Amino acid sequence: MTSIFFRSIKFLIGAGFVFVLLLALLGSITGLINEPPKQTAEQALHKHPKELELASNGPLGKFDTGQLQRGFKVYKEVCATCHSLHMISFRNLKDLGYSDAQVKKIAKEWAIKQPVFDEKAGTWGERDNLPSDRFPKVYYAGTGNPPDLSLITKARHDGAAYVHSLLTGYGEKPDPAVAAKFPEAMKTPEGMHFNPYFANLNIAMPPPLVSDDQVKYDDGTRATIDQMAKDVSAFLVWTAEPTLQKRHQAGLAVVIFLLFATGLAYGAYLTVWRGMKH
Amino acid sequence: MSFPWARHYEPKNPVMKWVDERLPLPRFVYNAIGAGYPVPRNLNYFWNFGILAGLSLVIQIVTGIVLAMHFHSSAAGAFDSVNGTIMRDVNAGWFLRFAHANGASMFFVVVYIHIFRGLHYGSYKAPREMVWLLGVVIFLLMMATAFMGYVLPWGQMSFWGAQVITGFFSAIPVVGDWIRIWLLGGYAPDDATLNRFFSLHYLLPFVIAGVIILHIWALHIPGSNNPTGVEVKGEQDTVPFHPYYTAKDGFGVGIFLILFSTLIFFYPDYLGHPDNYIPANPLSTPAHIVPEWYFWPFYAILRAFTADFILPAKLWGVLAMFGSILLLFFLPWLDRSPVRSANYRPMYRVAFWVLVADVLILGWCGGSPAEPLYVIISQIAAAYYFAHFLIIVPIISRIETPRPLPNSITEAVLGDEGGSRITATAATA
Ligand code: HEC
Ligand code: HEM
Repeated sequence: MTSIFFRSIKFLIGAGFVFVLLLALLGSITGLINEPPKQTAEQALHKHPKELELASNGPLGKFDTGQLQRGFKVYKEVCATCHSLHMISFRNLKDLGYSDAQVKKIAKEWAIKQPVFDEKAGTWGERDNLPSDRFPKVYYAGTGNPPDLSLITKARHDGAAYVHSLLTGYGEKPDPAVAAKFPEAMKTPEGMHFNPYFANLNIAMPPPLVSDDQVKYDDGTRATIDQMAKDVSAFLVWTAEPTLQKRHQAGLAVVIFLLFATGLAYGAYLTVWRGMKH
Repeated sequence: MSFPWARHYEPKNPVMKWVDERLPLPRFVYNAIGAGYPVPRNLNYFWNFGILAGLSLVIQIVTGIVLAMHFHSSAAGAFDSVNGTIMRDVNAGWFLRFAHANGASMFFVVVYIHIFRGLHYGSYKAPREMVWLLGVVIFLLMMATAFMGYVLPWGQMSFWGAQVITGFFSAIPVVGDWIRIWLLGGYAPDDATLNRFFSLHYLLPFVIAGVIILHIWALHIPGSNNPTGVEVKGEQDTVPFHPYYTAKDGFGVGIFLILFSTLIFFYPDYLGHPDNYIPANPLSTPAHIVPEWYFWPFYAILRAFTADFILPAKLWGVLAMFGSILLLFFLPWLDRSPVRSANYRPMYRVAFWVLVADVLILGWCGGSPAEPLYVIISQIAAAYYFAHFLIIVPIISRIETPRPLPNSITEAVLGDEGGSRITATAATA
């Protein structure tokens, strides 16, 4: 008797797991029949970001420094009151084509100063930003928590396309027929704003880009809302990975080299095995 | 190596001779991966993956050591040191970081193929049980290492992954909560957790390296298996590892590096999760907590247990998840068929491919949100997984009639020129 038990132990353990799973399966199926999953307001009304063509897209994408400079201007004049950019130092702006003197000036004139602690007095004071400083922290008193934007295009699905759609999506009203099915979700709470691209549909950020020419571009580009949204999204691709273009260029060289080396290795393999059936 | 026709090391260079007489390390290398190791002549490309796994480990260790020079192991500083300092200010830091993160994925791709190679060609059977057992140990160590590594950048998924995985231990009755707090060094992941994970993440790869040496040592006693599963009968069945397999592995390494570089340089974030670019925030739970892709099949098994039956569902899930790996230890004794290669096992061959599909389905469910439909599919797939190893394979190994085997590797290779009883599959294998 015991020997049969031990011989069958594997079947018993296997049957045990399978039995508990079938029990769970039964539970899931009855659950599904009794309570078919309802479509949530988010599923019905949430929109996928619109396509966004940027020079940095694709495996060999490059930065368009003109666009990055315009994007920086939008950030500086619109977003910087609420959002920090803490992974970036002022000196990094040289990547956008600014000279040392320009970077120094941008740092010095930056509205939010660097906090400094006076060891003697035991109090906090301020000083102007230096090129070597990171962008200072931003304190925001309004509703919600504006996230740091340094990595935002990596921290959301569809990155720059998402930011662009979010910034230009405030006016997009949902299909009234669908919206009528979710009267609760359509009640935008006090201090919030409906935006179909935001995960839970109501966002604490008031529409930041509200009129054409809100930012004065120096290069003659027309500053439509869509253009400003595109430019700041492109800029945020750069902040998320200033080395992106270097990465693409290095990658091309590495892959070409490896293709060549692997071709040689294949030749060596054929030569070594010539005449040996395998 | 054990075959009597194995070549012997004769140093030509006086320096090597001097070294070899005092410390026979050159001899050891020669016998392990040089001309002194006779290997079946008919190995296919699936036999490249052992070397590729070794290469992956070396890449992880080299990139990891340099990353560790710039990493701040603290809850306040870790995220910034990775995403700020390493990615932006360290010379080629972005390359090291992307190579290490994607290197882990490449390592798992390679090891999964390596394991399924073993399952298909019966490499786990006598006399290679010890090779297999050590392989499963390596796999467990790799999973632990990868999990702890993913916690280090201290993003949202790092933090919540640590929270969920250590939460498994609280499923243990009575002492569970106590064990969890002991593992974390607190009530929630924090500095203490991060520091111990960093310490262990640095240690374990060297433990893996040690177990790999045992793995290869154990392999060199019977020698490599081969696609026919028929043991080596004589010298004509083998070729010296060098230059034959060094040349073939060189080509394999080239292909591996091309794919790896494509990931690093062009799609470095493709396999990652966007939430890990958000700094850890204990107050905000991500909408979907998912582990890295290589854990998905096991995560699906964990979540498939939704019914309390004697034990709570959560405990069943945890037992099953660990059980699904631990049962690999018993495989050499679950499958009693004397024939190794699935090429000669018509029923096992079907079961093997169903298992491959089953694990892929589990992986797909594990990466999806825990919605009813995915849960139902994972319940069926998880049931099949256990049934495969504990019921189907043991039964097949009793009732199956294997196809006739070739008399030797050489006969299989030379086809019509060499022998009579060769099937079409054997010739192409
Ligand atoms: C008046 C302050 C304010 C300004 C100006 C502002 N934002 Fe915001 N932003 C917020 C707040 C608050 C949130 C948090 C919203 C929430 O979580 O509901 C936010 C969130 C975001 C998010 C994250 C959305 C998500 O998916 O979580 C992005 C991206 C963003 N802002 C981009 C910008 C850009 C680009 C600009 C400049 C064009 C800008 N914001 C200007 C206040 C502001
Ligand atoms: C870090 C991970 C690993 C490394 C570096 C590694 C390395 C190697 C190497 C170099 C070989 C010889 C070449 C070959 O046959 O491909 C080998 C063989 C083998 N490995 Fe691994 N291995 C690893 C993980 C595993 C795992 C996880 C398993 C199984 C669970 C496993 C099972 C085997 C078996 C059964 C063999 C004998 C193969 C045969 O000759 O058929 N290995 N391994």
